[in-house]
Amino acid sequence: MTRRTETPGEISAREEEPTHVSLPPPKAPATTPLMAFDWAKKNLFSNIPNTILTLLCVWLLWETIPPLINWVLLSAVWSGGDPAICKAAEGACWAFIAEKHRFMLFGLYPFDEHWRPLLATALFVAVLATSCNPQFWRPWLLGLWAAMLVVCGTLMWGGVFGMTFVENARWGGLPLTLILSVVGIICSFPLAILLALGRRSDMPGIRAVCIGFIEFVRGVPLISVLFMASVMFPLFLPEGMTIDKLLRAQVGIIIFTAAYLAEAIRGGLQAIPQGQYEAADALGLTYWKKTYFIILPQALKISIPPIVNQFISMFKDTSLVIIIGLFDLLTTAKTALTDPPWRAFYVEAYLFAALIYWVFSFFMSRYSQYLERRLETGHRR
Amino acid sequence: MIAGTSVPSAAPEPGTEAAITLEGVHKWYGAFHVLQDINLTVMRGERVVVCGPSGSGKSTMIRCVNRLEEHQQGRITVDGVELTNDVRTVERIRRNVGMVFQQFNLFPHLTVLDNLTLSPIWVHKHPKREAVETAMEYLERVHIPEQANKYPGQLSGGQQQRVAIARALCMKPSIMLFDEPTSALDPEMIKEVLDVMVELAEAGMTMICVTHEMGFAKTVGNTMVFMDEGMIVEMAPPWEFFENPKSDRTKKFLSQILTH
Repeated sequence: MTRRTETPGEISAREEEPTHVSLPPPKAPATTPLMAFDWAKKNLFSNIPNTILTLLCVWLLWETIPPLINWVLLSAVWSGGDPAICKAAEGACWAFIAEKHRFMLFGLYPFDEHWRPLLATALFVAVLATSCNPQFWRPWLLGLWAAMLVVCGTLMWGGVFGMTFVENARWGGLPLTLILSVVGIICSFPLAILLALGRRSDMPGIRAVCIGFIEFVRGVPLISVLFMASVMFPLFLPEGMTIDKLLRAQVGIIIFTAAYLAEAIRGGLQAIPQGQYEAADALGLTYWKKTYFIILPQALKISIPPIVNQFISMFKDTSLVIIIGLFDLLTTAKTALTDPPWRAFYVEAYLFAALIYWVFSFFMSRYSQYLERRLETGHRR
Repeated sequence: MIAGTSVPSAAPEPGTEAAITLEGVHKWYGAFHVLQDINLTVMRGERVVVCGPSGSGKSTMIRCVNRLEEHQQGRITVDGVELTNDVRTVERIRRNVGMVFQQFNLFPHLTVLDNLTLSPIWVHKHPKREAVETAMEYLERVHIPEQANKYPGQLSGGQQQRVAIARALCMKPSIMLFDEPTSALDPEMIKEVLDVMVELAEAGMTMICVTHEMGFAKTVGNTMVFMDEGMIVEMAPPWEFFENPKSDRTKKFLSQILTH
């Protein structure tokens, strides 16, 4: 807001020197060794406890960083399918990842067909990335998602266009983790909004149902929800009817996440001042228009941190689907270790899986911060 | 404020047709009897100014007119339609009644223009272009067309309240309710809001204003209503109300607010 106003001297200086259209900015004083010394003295060695702490930290870094670099990079074995070379080497065995990465990423999916889950994942990530730009939040984006899901489903299942059929019990690794979490996010979000609104409804019946659902689902661990979905649920189905295991796990995750999300969103709803409801009422907006135009945009914005928290947590919790026999990313990494010659390299396997989880989680975290900044309209003065 | 600067107003005389009637209206908050037998008729084009100590029920009374509060006994009729629990009746009345709040209550996540066009587009089903044109017209009338694309949080209190008035006017209401519109404003911003309200009065708008701006009351008010403890204590034209108040409570109230 406060732009520096030019003094008359500056303006005339410009006019006198037409060749220099803009004055160069004043140079920052160069950092001299002496200044670095002063800084260190002031911040690191100001007194005896500080000096001790500094020396301790330097020693710790010296002890950990060079060996780590050595292990990860310098002495690491990068290629060659022979575990014996790895065993002989001091460093990490990235050759193990090179050997097994396809199994880790795609699980039991037929080896020769790996291009299909790869393409599906790439498509998935591309559409996801497109959706991140608020400029593209238009109706056509929904169409893009629908088209992408159809194409991905076709690629994964196959059975048409000369692709062999792959039943979804054989899906695994990264595509499975992404499907479970992204479909989980997309489906649990609207459900959570309805639950949160229902919990604050004036209608006692709706309120009771929502409170009952939320409190019941929150009261049990995700593992038991998944167990219920996979073991108990089929018992209630009419004879001869089966529902796919993947679908059941997906529904379990959606239900579980929705209950938690609903509470995060309810927190946002309660933060909206009464005056906003009254102003919307006075303008003649109906309940749904008021909710859609006025209340939810503000409530969801406030709830971004807990919502993203829930999404990140759910993304990693999808690894629990192992207990009903689905091979998510963490499980495929673990399974790769069951090959006897490679059994020793569990650190590399888990690092690899952790890195992939971290990349996605970190992205979600950064994106939520971006959204918060973007949606800021300066009303908290 | 501008008390005492009683300039003869250019506002037209009210008509003879009732715009709002309250007959024997009662309301309770639990055991607290907040409105007690309120009887009030507001003619079309009439400007009624309601004053009284805080907690006297004046805000509650005008909030009953557009059903932000529910009355439990008596009849309220707006534009010939009786307020009932029926959602459609309530919506119909709200379409014709604009309201301005003490705390502005603008929607902070929408630009000024979007605040103004929301109801015309989504409630009154006007085409977007027409709604924008109307909105700009009213922004001109409240003297801030240049703020159309800002967010409410970027405006001063006085500007926000003028936007709130414009937002209510965009619904083309036949009645405007003002609930202490200047009480949350810094002194130097009160005038700009009152000026807009005076202009509105001069255009012949039916208004109920809960306010303690006695200068405004004298300038454009047709009727003064003094409320205390949930009852209408005194009702009179401004000159009579200020020169010759009948009840002791009115005298005491006036002496308290006019001594400064």
